[in-house]
Amino acid sequence: MARKGLGFEITELRLGLPGEPKSLVSTNKNEKKRMFSEIDDNGEKEKKSNTGGNLKTTESKAQVVGWPPVCSYRKKNSMNEATKMYVKVSMDGAPFLRKIDLGMHKGYSELALALEKLFGCYGMGEALKDPENCEHVPIYEDKEGDWMLVGDVPWEMFMESCKRLRIMKRSDAWQIEKTYIEIDEIKEKNV
Amino acid sequence: MECCNKRRMMKESPESNFMNRRGSSCFPDEVLERVIGMLKSRKDRSSVSLVCKEWYNAERWSRRNVFIGNCYSVSPEILTRRFPNIRSVTLKGKPRFSDFNLVPANWGADIHFWLVVFAEKYPFLEELRLKRMTVTDESLKFLARSFPNFKAISLQNCDGFSTDGLAAIAADCKNLTELDIQENVIDDKNDNWLTCFPESFTSLEVLNFSILHNDVNFDALEKLVTRCKSLKTLKLNKSITLEQLQRLLFRAPQLCELGTGSFSQELTTQQYTELEGAFSNCKNLNTLSGLWVVTPQYLPVLYPACANLTFLNFSYAPLDSDDIAKLLVHCANIRRLWVVDTIEDKGLEAVGTHCPLLEELRVFPADPFAEGDARGVTDSGFIAVSQGCRNLHYVLYFCRHMTNAAVATVVQNCPDFTHFRLCIMNPGQPDYRTSEPMDEAFGAVVKTCSKLQRLAISGLLTDLTFEYIGKYAKNLETLSVAFAGSSDWGMQCVLEGCPKLRKLEIRDCPFGNAALLSGLEKYESMRSLWMSDCKVTMNGCRLLAKEMPRLNVEVIKEDGSDDSQAERVYVYRSVAGPRRDAPPFVLTL
Repeated sequence: MARKGLGFEITELRLGLPGEPKSLVSTNKNEKKRMFSEIDDNGEKEKKSNTGGNLKTTESKAQVVGWPPVCSYRKKNSMNEATKMYVKVSMDGAPFLRKIDLGMHKGYSELALALEKLFGCYGMGEALKDPENCEHVPIYEDKEGDWMLVGDVPWEMFMESCKRLRIMKRSDAWQIEKTYIEIDEIKEKNV
Repeated sequence: MECCNKRRMMKESPESNFMNRRGSSCFPDEVLERVIGMLKSRKDRSSVSLVCKEWYNAERWSRRNVFIGNCYSVSPEILTRRFPNIRSVTLKGKPRFSDFNLVPANWGADIHFWLVVFAEKYPFLEELRLKRMTVTDESLKFLARSFPNFKAISLQNCDGFSTDGLAAIAADCKNLTELDIQENVIDDKNDNWLTCFPESFTSLEVLNFSILHNDVNFDALEKLVTRCKSLKTLKLNKSITLEQLQRLLFRAPQLCELGTGSFSQELTTQQYTELEGAFSNCKNLNTLSGLWVVTPQYLPVLYPACANLTFLNFSYAPLDSDDIAKLLVHCANIRRLWVVDTIEDKGLEAVGTHCPLLEELRVFPADPFAEGDARGVTDSGFIAVSQGCRNLHYVLYFCRHMTNAAVATVVQNCPDFTHFRLCIMNPGQPDYRTSEPMDEAFGAVVKTCSKLQRLAISGLLTDLTFEYIGKYAKNLETLSVAFAGSSDWGMQCVLEGCPKLRKLEIRDCPFGNAALLSGLEKYESMRSLWMSDCKVTMNGCRLLAKEMPRLNVEVIKEDGSDDSQAERVYVYRSVAGPRRDAPPFVLTL
């Protein structure tokens, strides 16, 4: 039976800053989140409020999952010509940003096709299914300011929470992650 | 068995008079079944089944329809064992908040294993009505092959299927009368599913495919409508043009319910006249919906058909106040009206003026996430409707702000509300004139509307609202709460005070374990409880599960969340025990 207390904790090998008693899994996730937000170009970070609820305040307005309680089907169909869901899309290496209307697409596969057409980067559909093995990885910034991999949540939820898109080169992504892991290992050694 | 004993006793007693014999035992079973078989109401049948064993048996043998409000409350095996002769099944699956993306995908409520059991036990099944269930193409194909007498399928807010499934139904259900697909998440493969109805097929009475976004094969549709002389309900999708609509109406002037296609197309004068003629030919039209995109100049073609309309569903038609006013002049018989808030208060004044028989009003937001100076409807529109429509008993009202005084006036004008659903879209919004909480508004509702069955509250609300609800809402069955309350006391008031409460759904409120556990005795008399993003912990849920073994206490776990918190809790009574098909993110405690 492991003895609780400082003794064992100090010798435990973890990724992350020492002194934080978090599990390995969640630390990794935080790492991933940090990685993408660090590379956020314009450097504007939104405040995250840790309330018990889903109420996350952004700079402009409180937007909450599933509120107002209009069912997703109705929301989709009540979009008249005036209300569109344009989000900026940037691609690494491309000089100009583009804009894409999320409301025009009914799911991830359509989005993938549209992105491919915009930037001429093929294999976007595959990237959504198998992000480990593709050259370009689509990520998006959600309402909390975190950068997330496209494709995990249901389409409606994604549409609601996506603020902008970015097509990242896989090689860049791994390079940055590797760098962070190295930095932390160095910090660990120096403790 | 009491009845049998009575019979024996009476036979032995010489003084017993045939006319004085009490109890059901003087009727043969067939007669009893026949009599009880005439009962239609579920509640009556439920009461009858509790009288004695003979009545219980007569009821179960004579029952043809069954309604299951929570598909996990009972298993298909238990159902088929109790009711051997069912022809029509209605099943509801996911918790209602799944409509708002609060339930992850693949949560469950899959119809398939029900169908497998039904194929064996109810081979004569005729009707299936599903709400918030997962239905795959494979299930639809299975259904089409397994039930030769199958007549009616209605799918509302379901997901998991595509037009391939519809094609299978069309091809194989020879006796189909109803195909009603409403508000589902469907993969529209843009194939010709409509052509799968055989040439010999003529029995269709209800066809609703309004949610499909792709074109359908119009030729096939027109032929189908022409040969189905009993067609009463036809709800088209956006792809159908005005010209096509006119041709369909020409073929089916007997229609009672019509959902139009898009109401915008360049029409010649000739076409306009023909369309107007088609509408005036529809003498039986009582329900109108659709429109989608509207060219207002063409709305007058509807006027000849408006006089008999009782239900107008323009919730997908963003009209402005002038257009709706001009239309409503012709709609004196309207009982139910669904509109978009683009009609604004002025449009609601027209409703109050022209629709005195109105019983139900639903106002949906055109732009739920609009920022800044977004328009819509307000307290004055609400009051205007209540002044003109004294029979109003159902309201669903989305607005950006409200006042306590306005709501009090509304319920004073219309004290017979049975369903009062007010959604102030900004969470925690106070009375915009007084800056006070909206407690008194809902206090007025529950005090005045003694028949209230369903209530949805919003705005800035303290525990006082819940005290009022617990004290006055004695007929309340369904309560929806979001971003409200100050402490556990609020939820406790409701659980202790509302004897008829069946469904309680709560999100983002400061209710914790004490509140959850105060309902220990109550939950078995309810259909379900939903609590998300409140202050309930896993330990609280475990305690509930331990104390009440006949409840299923389920927690939906999200990745990376705090292990001790129970972010999404779903509690429901069940005779089927814990779910056998729960996905990994649903923990049954």
